[in-house]
Amino acid sequence: MAIEVRIPTILRNYTDGAKAVSAEGKTLEELIGNLESRHPGIKDRLVDQGNLRRFVNVYLNDEDVRFLGGLGTPVTDGDTVTVLPAVAGG
Amino acid sequence: MRFDSLIDSVGRTPLVGLPRLSPSTDVRVWAKLEDRNPTGSIKDRPALWMIQEAEKEGLLAPGCTILEPTSGNTGISLAMAARLKGYKLICVMPENTSDERRQLLRMWGAEIISSPAAGGSNEAVRMAKELSARNPSWVMLYQYGNPANWRSHYETTGPEILDDLPTVTHFVAGLGTTGTLMGVGRFLRERVPGVQIVAAEPRYGELVYGLRNVDEGFIPELYDESVLTTRFSVGSADALRRTRELLATEGIFAGVSTGAALHAALGVAAKAVKAGERADIVFVVADGGWKYLSTGAYEGTLDEAEERLEGQLWA
Repeated sequence: MAIEVRIPTILRNYTDGAKAVSAEGKTLEELIGNLESRHPGIKDRLVDQGNLRRFVNVYLNDEDVRFLGGLGTPVTDGDTVTVLPAVAGG
Repeated sequence: MRFDSLIDSVGRTPLVGLPRLSPSTDVRVWAKLEDRNPTGSIKDRPALWMIQEAEKEGLLAPGCTILEPTSGNTGISLAMAARLKGYKLICVMPENTSDERRQLLRMWGAEIISSPAAGGSNEAVRMAKELSARNPSWVMLYQYGNPANWRSHYETTGPEILDDLPTVTHFVAGLGTTGTLMGVGRFLRERVPGVQIVAAEPRYGELVYGLRNVDEGFIPELYDESVLTTRFSVGSADALRRTRELLATEGIFAGVSTGAALHAALGVAAKAVKAGERADIVFVVADGGWKYLSTGAYEGTLDEAEERLEGQLWA
């Protein structure tokens, strides 16, 4: 079992074009660390000085992780993590 | 109800219960029908407040040109008000928005400048800022950063909800400029201990996220994370399914973004039931379905409708 991570178009150069990849970890931080070992360079696009980058949104099962515990948010097998750039609405 | 003019009739919209979609008598879901505003959307409130504030500050006088980046509804509200007040309106609008929005804008006399589909509203904002810099006489009200946007909801939408439903426990709305959530959220937080403010953010097809790099993202200047309890990302499949469910079970014909808000509201409701807590959940019907008929959102299977909506800005 693993956690599915959905990758936005602009970061697929790190995943050989894959829309979704799997990774492991007990927290989002561990998950991103594991992602980095499989897809070198991707972590730096997501995290800056120990925090999520300002224009990067990460959702755990569709809920924004900034309201769940940020990088410390616990994740478990079967979860879906979605990464999206912040865009305007309205 | 009698008003001196159409502009004076903005707001005071009905709050209706959803007896069939509410899970129990202890956990009730309520719809704030913002399609009952003069141009058919919640945006009449911020549009008018922004214009009135600009008039008070002396930025706007008859004959002036207003410039605004908009995916549709704000532009339509501004176009109506501009026509009645004698302003010219130029809207910068992403090209992947429904035809009805364009027709309505033109009918009210607005000029439309199209921004590229890729990048969605980000591009419209960027283009409008450029145009504004090059044309200093134009007045950009700028819904994403204008405090009159959230103030309109703090002064009107919020108080209406609390008057009609003093037992409100949750407020759920779509996240675009963030004005609705910031204004109603701040108002309710000041008056209702423990109230939860929940954002439903539309998740579009990939084209809309077509940035060159992640640092080109956009967060509205009005956004203050501390006002929200949480924030959900709702894809077009869930939004469409709920939009149809709302019509089929409660008879409400709403736009697709309303389906996204309902999806989050029903998620919150299910959580309250599980926790054995009482809840009165208000969600916003931002507009009716009329402007989305040409997108095919209401016809055929959900899969077909979702495919047709791919790449469209539906909120």
